[in-house]
Amino acid sequence: MGNPMRIRATIKGDTTEVKVLMSHPMETGQRKDSAGAVVPAHFITTVVAHHNDREVLSAEWGAAVSQNPFLQFSFKGGAAGDKVKVSWTDNKGDTRTDEVALA
Amino acid sequence: MNLNRRSFLVSGASALALLGVAAAWPVRALAKLVRPEAAFTATNVNDAIAGIGGAAETSAEIVFQTPEIAENGAVVPVSVTSNLPGTDQISILVEANPNPLVAVFSIPEGTLPTVQTRVKVAQTCNLTAVVRANGKNYSVSRETKVTLGGCGG
Repeated sequence: MGNPMRIRATIKGDTTEVKVLMSHPMETGQRKDSAGAVVPAHFITTVVAHHNDREVLSAEWGAAVSQNPFLQFSFKGGAAGDKVKVSWTDNKGDTRTDEVALA
Repeated sequence: MNLNRRSFLVSGASALALLGVAAAWPVRALAKLVRPEAAFTATNVNDAIAGIGGAAETSAEIVFQTPEIAENGAVVPVSVTSNLPGTDQISILVEANPNPLVAVFSIPEGTLPTVQTRVKVAQTCNLTAVVRANGKNYSVSRETKVTLGGCGG
């Protein structure tokens, strides 16, 4: 269970803009620590976003997405009170889901 | 005799490992977007593009925004917007990275074909956005100069 994500969803006319800031080390598995040992790869592999129950985005990531990944996308529709839910899964099987209500 | 017992144990263990893989598999297969594993592990940009649907022709309809100069290669903001009708997938590749494919986004109906994120760029090189529209791949590349690499500690 990772740290909470920060999700901001704003209604802009007939679309909803979603900005997500995830908290994750995104280790590539190429970096070495001060002792020279390779830091094992640890990165988010899958991200899925839902608007209420409808899937609005899914993504497959490699290790080259930056640390504490930022993601922005927009979907059509969205009304006050609707839920926007974002989930990620990493290569160690850890997963985190956070949800916001549209204002 | 002993040897037989050992090889039997080994084969038993590998069979168990296989079962584990098989059990884990359906979870991933259920997702609408199947992870293009070969493309993610490809070490050169052509293999990676081949893994996500093959040769891409360049298109001016893709707006690919990357910085000309990135001071910190570990955090390079990129944004891809496709004006091609029927866009259902957007991928981002960084040529000089150990594994060029960074991310694949699946865009369902009702989602605008635009994504924005931040990527690591190992050194000065071309960044490529590949967009799949109506089953066909289109791409656009831009060079980003990196003054501090994304893979340094």
